[in-house]
Amino acid sequence: MTDFPPEITKEEMGKVSLFLSNINSTFSKERSNLIPILQEAQNRIGYLPHEAMLGIAEFLDIPDIDVYSVVTFYNQFRLNPPGKHSIRVCMGTACHVGGGTVIMDAWKRRLGIDKRQTTPDREFDLDTVACVGCCAMAPVTVIDEEVQGKISPTRVDGILLGYQIERKKESQSS
Amino acid sequence: MSSEIASAYQQLKETSQSRWTDLIQGDKPVIMVGTATCGRAAGALDVLESIRKTLGDDHQDIPVLEVGCIGHCYAEPLVIIAKPGGEYPPLLYGYVTPEIAQLLVRDYVFGEDPSLEFLLGAMETNELLPSMNDLPRSTYEHYIILENCGRIDPDNIDHYIATGGYGALAKSLQMQPENVVEEIKKSGLRGRGGAGFSTGAKWQICRDSESDYKYIICNADEGDPGAFMDRAILESDPHSLIEGIVIAAYAAGTQEGYVYIRAEYPLAVQRVTKAIEQARQSNLLGDNIVGSNFSFDISVFQGSGAFVCGEETALIASIEGRAGMPHHRPPFPAVNGLHGKPTIINNVKTLASVPRIIDRGADWFSGIGLNATKGTTVFALAGKITNTGLTEVPMGTTLRDVIFEIGGGIPEGRQFKAVQIGGPSGGCLPESALDLPIDFDSLRDAGAMMGSGGMVILNEDDCMVDVARYFLEFTQNESCGKCTVCRLGTKQMLNMLDDITKGEAKLEDLVTLEQLAHDIKAGSLCNLGKTAPNPVLTTLRYFRDEYEAHIHDKHCPARRCYNLMAYYILPEKCQRSCDACVGTCTVEAIYQGKTGIKVIDQDKCVKCNTCVEACPPQYNAITRISPLSELPEAMPPMEKK
Repeated sequence: MTDFPPEITKEEMGKVSLFLSNINSTFSKERSNLIPILQEAQNRIGYLPHEAMLGIAEFLDIPDIDVYSVVTFYNQFRLNPPGKHSIRVCMGTACHVGGGTVIMDAWKRRLGIDKRQTTPDREFDLDTVACVGCCAMAPVTVIDEEVQGKISPTRVDGILLGYQIERKKESQSS
Repeated sequence: MSSEIASAYQQLKETSQSRWTDLIQGDKPVIMVGTATCGRAAGALDVLESIRKTLGDDHQDIPVLEVGCIGHCYAEPLVIIAKPGGEYPPLLYGYVTPEIAQLLVRDYVFGEDPSLEFLLGAMETNELLPSMNDLPRSTYEHYIILENCGRIDPDNIDHYIATGGYGALAKSLQMQPENVVEEIKKSGLRGRGGAGFSTGAKWQICRDSESDYKYIICNADEGDPGAFMDRAILESDPHSLIEGIVIAAYAAGTQEGYVYIRAEYPLAVQRVTKAIEQARQSNLLGDNIVGSNFSFDISVFQGSGAFVCGEETALIASIEGRAGMPHHRPPFPAVNGLHGKPTIINNVKTLASVPRIIDRGADWFSGIGLNATKGTTVFALAGKITNTGLTEVPMGTTLRDVIFEIGGGIPEGRQFKAVQIGGPSGGCLPESALDLPIDFDSLRDAGAMMGSGGMVILNEDDCMVDVARYFLEFTQNESCGKCTVCRLGTKQMLNMLDDITKGEAKLEDLVTLEQLAHDIKAGSLCNLGKTAPNPVLTTLRYFRDEYEAHIHDKHCPARRCYNLMAYYILPEKCQRSCDACVGTCTVEAIYQGKTGIKVIDQDKCVKCNTCVEACPPQYNAITRISPLSELPEAMPPMEKK
């Protein structure tokens, strides 16, 4: 786990309140709904802030610590706000022998952040994934759910350059 | 009752067939694009778009289907074009780019030229063209579980039913549940999840357990890095799986089912959810399935990224909303499982085999494979192998045949070193073990494990210590923390392996490492801990010399270990006028030396291998050196005039 999660923004707090007020209509108050609720909350809010976890514990009438223990047990749940683009570097066996760590190093170096962190401008967040099952395309990086095969350190630069140009265009047009 | 089911199914089949023929329209060409995750990674969606665009508004009536994975992942993206009534059988094209796709549509779909230069093979044996069945590998392969993958539209239930799908379910519903269990027992089907427990026996135990409510769970939490066959089945042929689950549910007398899919497989979740919805609409799930008095339904549960949840008791804990920690067995889930009720947990491949067995009979199935283990097994081939992808072979095929005949051997003229089989629970087997006939028991004796069937092939460039370290890091990360030996023991083992890869270990450490490995095996509750030391133990058994080289000589024979090797530009091979490496170096670590040749600044180099790929093959001047003591002194930079 990384540093203590940053303070929640107003916009995120709004999303949390909206999620908690609607939780009744989508889920019943059963303990077995905990993981689906957390998954849905993360989908809506982007991550699982403190406030959301407390609300979910209250809704299910279970101790706060039970929610926290489940959230920290599973890799899927995140306590940090996501970046605009999520970067998941595959660390499966085939990717490892194909140079997965080299690719991870390249991302770390270029983004200036470590695993499970978000860039200060909230543009990118970086994490690993155990295996996305595209071993034939190793080494693989998943960017916003899109699987990119046969990555090399130079392609890392290329992909980031692509986003840079896109952002420049956006700022010019606006 | 029996006749009602038969007529209900007959009606269902006729409706599906007519709907399907309406869509396909008999004489119209059909284009199929493999858009499973592997295809998408290779750019299949761009190909799909290019095909749709080329067809244009005038040819919207030509069906373009998104199918799953046919197993030939090395040649992705794949496109199948069928022209009924034409000269040729359906043709399979490989390595398709958007441009080639455009050409195929213009020349073959609109025109008559089958563009044979892009052909991989015909889909059926014929007299004009070589077919996929004519490939040498097909003499070793036997497709049962994967037979529909990439050949049918996973998003359209009509296609599955029109080709006889759900017929096995209708047949089962007309049998007594006990007889269905008997049939599966007779077939000799063993669980394909790795442990190889008799499927029929498991169903029998659940059936015999007295309870008012029972569950069935399909374990699709394919966590083994390097295995992707379950993903392929979920994405390519979800209805075979659903049919298998319903048959199992009927046989064992369960009322509710789950498919537990890992969240890392979003497309699989999407396709299975859709397939379940379609099955419900066709009354293949829900109340009174196909006119019988059997009622049953399935829901999808998304795993949240924890390897240990592939262990059945941890998986149950996860569905119950708790942290996925395993508990002691017995009682086995078949007696006391989800919410305390009897629960069957079967792997995707096991359940996908069930409809075929019911359809074609137990005798047919037991005629395939070995005496001890019937049927076929699916392997995912990855790593340093020519034909990456999926294959299915009868049990008893040798590893050598799978790797060299089906997989096409090692690319780039490299030497085979080892095959890692069974993921983090398995082991690395050397050349000498390749003639082993594949079976649950034979692999266990060799120190590896069938596991889920992921095979990663390693060549001379891979360091066995590094591979063992990689797997241990994985299991150490994924240890749930319940058992002390697993939680702390794997951490200690990892520290020792770290020291070895850094050249800081002593020879005695190997003894401690081995001892600790055996302790972890003995003292862990679940199979994660029991098998976690396997990669270390097998590499110690077959590749001890590599460990010793790291310790003694601080030499990594594969020149892989970060701390024990360095990149070096051979002065006699480097070309003065070429700047390829300087331009591509991601950290600007290459400078021009005194004599004009290029030199790597070792303090800056991050060992990313980019320069090696950039160096033109006619020079091939960059090499890796280990141990570091052999690294020649760096030349000072060229003086500026």
